Amino acid sequence: MALDDAPLRTSELNHWFGAGEARKQALFDVSLSIARGSLTVLVGPSGSGKTTLLTLLGCLREVQDGSVVLLGHELHGARPALGVALRRRLGFIFQAHNLHESLTAMQNVLMGLQVKGRVDKATAERAATHALGLLGLSDRMDYLPANLSGGQKQRVAIARALVGNPDVVLADEPTAALDRESGANVVDLLKRLGEARGTTTVMVTHDTRILDLADRVLTLEDGCIVGDQQR
Amino acid sequence: MSRLLEILFGRLPIGWLQLTHSRTRFAAALAGVAFANVLVFVQLGIMNSMATATLRPYSFLNADIMISASDSNALSEGGNVARQWMLQAMAHPDVTAGMGLFLANVNWQRGATTLGLTTFGIDPAQPGFLSPDIAAKIGPLQIQMAGLLDRLSRGLPREEAAGIRPQSPLSFETSGKTLTLYDTFAGGGGFGGDGYMMVSDQTFLALLPARQSAAPDHILLKLRPGADPETVSTELRALVSDKTLRIRSFVQAGKDDLSYQQTRRPTGVIFGFGVIIGVLVGIVIVYQVLSTDVADHMREYATFKAMGYGQGFFLGIVLEEALILGLFGFIPGALVATGLLTLMGKLTTLPLAMTPGMIVIVFVGTLVFSMVSGAIATRRLAGADPADLF
Ligand SMILES: Nc1ncnc2c1ncn2[C@@H]1O[C@H](COP(=O)(O)OP(=O)(O)O)[C@@H](O)[C@H]1O
Ligand SMILES: [Mg+2]
Repeated sequence: MALDDAPLRTSELNHWFGAGEARKQALFDVSLSIARGSLTVLVGPSGSGKTTLLTLLGCLREVQDGSVVLLGHELHGARPALGVALRRRLGFIFQAHNLHESLTAMQNVLMGLQVKGRVDKATAERAATHALGLLGLSDRMDYLPANLSGGQKQRVAIARALVGNPDVVLADEPTAALDRESGANVVDLLKRLGEARGTTTVMVTHDTRILDLADRVLTLEDGCIVGDQQR
Repeated sequence: MSRLLEILFGRLPIGWLQLTHSRTRFAAALAGVAFANVLVFVQLGIMNSMATATLRPYSFLNADIMISASDSNALSEGGNVARQWMLQAMAHPDVTAGMGLFLANVNWQRGATTLGLTTFGIDPAQPGFLSPDIAAKIGPLQIQMAGLLDRLSRGLPREEAAGIRPQSPLSFETSGKTLTLYDTFAGGGGFGGDGYMMVSDQTFLALLPARQSAAPDHILLKLRPGADPETVSTELRALVSDKTLRIRSFVQAGKDDLSYQQTRRPTGVIFGFGVIIGVLVGIVIVYQVLSTDVADHMREYATFKAMGYGQGFFLGIVLEEALILGLFGFIPGALVATGLLTLMGKLTTLPLAMTPGMIVIVFVGTLVFSMVSGAIATRRLAGADPADLF
């Protein structure tokens, strides 16, 4: 696979938090290229910069120094509108489900589609039903988040991230709220999406079982990449 | 409802779902908006009725120009005008007729209640100065101590008023004199009195011995057809020697009276102020509800931002909520206010009523001010940072 085809590339990426005395560098010269359709896992101790890297890759934070190229677009110095447009091609899975309390599971998932513009209602509902079905929630579609278990809510959030066929999925400890079996199912699903649609996944996790399923494991320590293991 | 809005917006009606998620909170918010609406409606209703009541006595008369004393801000306020100025004014080629108008309050003691009648002393030989329906009935006023009564006077039983006819007159005593009512006309209670009465100037002077024939309260003039009352008023101000007099077209006098009642009399100012308070209460309530709602959904909004929703989407949600609050608060507000105004109108016999004009103004105003509060509330959206979500 040609390097230029990589949906995610960074080079000499540095990032700082705070100002003056409190200024603290969180990332040091991070350069990496992630292949299309791969499942990459980011590991490292708490505070090593995993989340910071993920937010920079997902245009959730402004690039301060160095380069991030997402889906062919340089993010350093990019207009905010480009970030908004690019984020529509991503799927985010957060540690917390962040579902909207007044929307049903189905409606929450539909929000992941609607962002792409007016979609025919029947088509949208078919896609949402399919996504919820893949995550084993066919019988929970009309439930409000308050009536779902923690694991079910997280799976709705995953369905919401995947329903729009994202090019890249960025996930921060997505399986923390899931039991063993559904955690494995989710990772399996992401792997299959990578093979079938070329969906690229970058996932932060502490879950050692997932490491065996990853195509690549990147280890961060104190803001530097200290390990890069292809599997 | 949710379906309808979904079709309307082409997206999930998040604002609606969010607002109605907590029923009690939604109900409280609507009650607040409805309350603000009721406040505004009642104040406007009172202001409207004040306008109707203020202009009503002018509708009994038919004149082109009115000459009043310098301190006369209202029909029933101010000093007298010497009759000699009427003669001077009539020297103007466009002035065809003049009449002195006398005004006083006459009390009719009816058992436990007293009717306060605003009484007009007019010249029965000049019916042209009266509205046609009153002019048609002034025949009996030629008789000394005769009167025409306002049949819509507050505190006067309608059957009793209906019984007053030239063939079945009704007499009552006032200040030791007997007055006989021969007929009625349509007036109505106002803020200053319970009703009206028309008598001849001779009867008026007999009832109020302190008043003098040479000093009526106002002088009314009629002009040759086609003459412009404004122009003639200006010319009369030059012609009449007493420069302190207020010489105005009759229409202008009514307008001045109304603006005096609404902007310089305490009651008028209070009701005008009430409208502003009502609007402010509404704005504050809608702002409070919406900004709390935004604050409560920061994480959800941040998530939507991360997903690629733009600023317009969030503005849309908040404005959707503002419109829903405005619309659904307006409906009960208008209903309650209609009931309240009708009830108040019954109790006070003031011309209090909901008018289509008020409904349109308050409806449009409610939507506009709701949107303004909504727009202010969206400032808090900037706090939703998707980078904080991970
Ligand atoms: N919003 C922030 N403001 C200030 N410092 C931050 C912020 N986010 C992260 N940091 C700091 O940056 C470093 C990396 O944090 P993070 O990327 O969250 O690590 P990880 O996800 O690997 O635990 C830590 O030292 C953390 O304290
Ligand atoms: Mg982290």
